[in-house]
Amino acid sequence: MINNDKLVIGGHEFNSRFILGSGKYSMKLIEVAIKDAGAEIITLAVRRANTKEHENILDYIPEGITLLPNTSGARNAEEAVRIARLARELGCGNFVKVEIMRDTKYLLPDNQETIKATEILANEGFVVMPYMYPDLNAARDMVNAGAAAIMPLASPIGSNKGLATKEFIQILIDEIDLPIIVDAGIGRPSQACEAMEMGAAAIMANTALATAGDLPLMASAFRQAIEAGRKAYLSGLGRVLTRGASASDPLTGFLHD
Amino acid sequence: MENQFFVDSEYLTPEALAKKHRLETDPSSRKNHMEYLPGMEVIESDVCASVMAQMKSYDYSKYTIADVKAALAHDPCTIEDFKALLSPAAEPFLEQMAQRARLETSRHFGNTVYLFTPLYIANYCENYCVYCGFNCYNHINRMKLNMEQIEHEMKVIADSGMEEILILTGESRAQSDVKYIGEACKLARKYFRMVGLEIYPVNTDEYKYLHECGADYVTVFQETYDADKYETLHLLGHKRVWPYRFDAQERALRGGMRGVAFSALLGLSDFRKDALASALHVYYLQRKYPHAEMSLSCPRLRPIINNDKINPLDVGEKQLCQVLCAYRIFLPYVGITVSSRESAEFRNGIVKIAATKVSAGVSTGIGDHESKYTGKESDALQGDEQFEIDDNRSLDKMYKDIAEEGLQPVLNDYLYV
Repeated sequence: MINNDKLVIGGHEFNSRFILGSGKYSMKLIEVAIKDAGAEIITLAVRRANTKEHENILDYIPEGITLLPNTSGARNAEEAVRIARLARELGCGNFVKVEIMRDTKYLLPDNQETIKATEILANEGFVVMPYMYPDLNAARDMVNAGAAAIMPLASPIGSNKGLATKEFIQILIDEIDLPIIVDAGIGRPSQACEAMEMGAAAIMANTALATAGDLPLMASAFRQAIEAGRKAYLSGLGRVLTRGASASDPLTGFLHD
Repeated sequence: MENQFFVDSEYLTPEALAKKHRLETDPSSRKNHMEYLPGMEVIESDVCASVMAQMKSYDYSKYTIADVKAALAHDPCTIEDFKALLSPAAEPFLEQMAQRARLETSRHFGNTVYLFTPLYIANYCENYCVYCGFNCYNHINRMKLNMEQIEHEMKVIADSGMEEILILTGESRAQSDVKYIGEACKLARKYFRMVGLEIYPVNTDEYKYLHECGADYVTVFQETYDADKYETLHLLGHKRVWPYRFDAQERALRGGMRGVAFSALLGLSDFRKDALASALHVYYLQRKYPHAEMSLSCPRLRPIINNDKINPLDVGEKQLCQVLCAYRIFLPYVGITVSSRESAEFRNGIVKIAATKVSAGVSTGIGDHESKYTGKESDALQGDEQFEIDDNRSLDKMYKDIAEEGLQPVLNDYLYV
């Protein structure tokens, strides 16, 4: 089962379930981070790629890696659509992570505007992966709008606080048929592992690596944690007791018919 | 100790000199600095009252080591925590503050450091601000670039690789009107990805016009948030009107600008109170305009032409570092810019702790980029500088130095949408 376990996004298959961010560490480290993370998808801010000759982040991303340009800087659907189109013009491919924020303090996504942008971009042939606050109704609207995956936040971006929205992400995993990719706030490999055990399809991390003492080592730790969590999920987790002990004799053992 | 700001120029007429002396010595000869002049827009806003109430009640001497320790252990940092971190009691904790600040910076900005350069297009000024090289009584070479000259300067700067520019003028509506600045913005959009403005405060509709011309970021320094002290330093001109200046960022945001920058000029007044007010100005405005990008600068007083004695008094590098660490811990999401007023050594150190943006290839004079960048002698007239810079590294040198510190220099992280 594990051998055929592919992550499928918009008809594209991936072996790795670790999506790497690129915007918070030195560009020279990107290649080694990708290698040690075993990543096949890397996100990048279109606004960072929109640079002239000096040094372009695009030049540091190895061939064969799928680019996931994000629309950071967009404050509404219209701006996100414009940025996505620019990404396509810059040669970043058809994938797009829609990020729309109207709050510069917490960088929380605006679900309503994200739904609108998802619909427009899906209709234009993009593989749309909306970054969102884990709300089931909004997620359903994004599915109906043509999203290829749903990317709920675990906690505020950059906070490394882990699965603060765990219960709500679980609801998305249970109710939404698209891959649920946990994005933002994952600070430790153990948190990534936990999200994967819950049934998340993939993990996206950036700050957790950027703030690590040894970035490549942390990338490989995340890789292993994500793989372990995935295997645990596929194996079918045993029952976990939250409190007290469980009687080993069945309560219904007296029934003879 | 105080700075001795008053310098008489031999080029002033006896009448001008008499007026200057009257302004300096007789407060009744000066206009009411709290009263708006005709044409100045008044907006309804409670931000100023909130900031001033906090500043007035701030007694930094009452904070203890225990308060500082509690503040350092607390997350998120409250206004009370911030006050403790700015207090003298926090001075022995500078290293711990720096450690915490570095963590916050890396969470929000990773290891990126943004680069920009200022472009002064005119140095005419109608104000008498006693500490400023451009003040109307200071005898300096005055100049205003025409569009052709501006474009030439921009080409020289763009050729160096720079992608973000900050356009500055002296504060003279008569010499550098909004239309003139707007035309400069239109030119800048051709050569740069990001165009910021640091000009005299204008009304909302004028900010809207400048935004349409291509500017998307507005910097206004309040100089000092102590209005009474401000009155003694800004003796003449539009700039004297303190509350109109205070509301400039809010008008700029209402005019559609993406972001705004703030600062006090440290060394003019009580720097702890000014630092508190600067950060709270950001804090309260962010609550009102959560979509806006905000940044803080931290300039200290510098010598000017005809007065090389001006200095930042009690704001040493340690104090400046304390302020910047406190800013970062209190406002982790806010950009912090450190200009070439500070030394290369200080800037190399502070980008690893709290600063996220530095200038490079800087001139605060007018029309001198080609000679400064290429060494090419020019017969063209040049305008004198606003203040003396300390760190004169070129873009290439700065880029290299930042990379050598293990950080990632970034020339553009911006899209005009």
